[in-house]
Amino acid sequence: MSETAHLDHSEKKAFLVNSSSLKEVRNFCREVFEKLQIQQELKDELVLAIAEAAQNIVKHAFKNSADVNELMVVEISCENNKLQIAFYDRGTPVDPKKVKHREIDNVKPGGLGTFFIQEIMDAVEFKDGNKPWINHLVLTKQL
Amino acid sequence: MSYKVTEEGNIATVHLDGEIDMDVTEKAKEVIFPHIDAGKEVHLNLSNVQYMDSSGISVLIESHQKALEKNTKVIIKDVSKSVLKVIMMAKLEQILNLE
Repeated sequence: MSETAHLDHSEKKAFLVNSSSLKEVRNFCREVFEKLQIQQELKDELVLAIAEAAQNIVKHAFKNSADVNELMVVEISCENNKLQIAFYDRGTPVDPKKVKHREIDNVKPGGLGTFFIQEIMDAVEFKDGNKPWINHLVLTKQL
Repeated sequence: MSYKVTEEGNIATVHLDGEIDMDVTEKAKEVIFPHIDAGKEVHLNLSNVQYMDSSGISVLIESHQKALEKNTKVIIKDVSKSVLKVIMMAKLEQILNLE
């Protein structure tokens, strides 16, 4: 936990659901975390966790979709030093019970994104997606 | 992501530059794998890679495993602090050849 008091702040941005948006997602996060005065090491970790969650949307929630105009929204909020990152998308409904990472000792390509998210964040929760959204993922961390 | 490859004897040195994410992993594989398939020892210089996600880590694992199959090796050199942290988070620092 950080000893620094971070500003209360909230920002959200929509991105096209494709792999070339991931760099834009990271840049958006870096800009917001700069405003929140989050120190570099933690900022790098948070950017990784958010990018992995966005990547999961691209890879899994829309893997059967041909619609290249679909959007996902990333919302970063900080209140009383509690950071909350929400993701909204209209892809295939996610079954939280099926979201798991590979055994970390079973070294093979893939299956690490969810592991990184869980290592970095305090909580990972799928909430009901209110219309027009289908999936609503919330990551939280006490700063 | 940009890259540069130099070859000397049986060693191919691949310098990657930029951020390694899902969007560029296929390109990274296209650059690295042919050298492994040719039985070369690959030195992967990551000094100019400041960001790598799980997709990039998968490329490192796949390269390492492919090299073992071909009786050669991939040595990861000059890894930046931020990328090393991700490698360590994946508990791969004892598996991959880091220099």
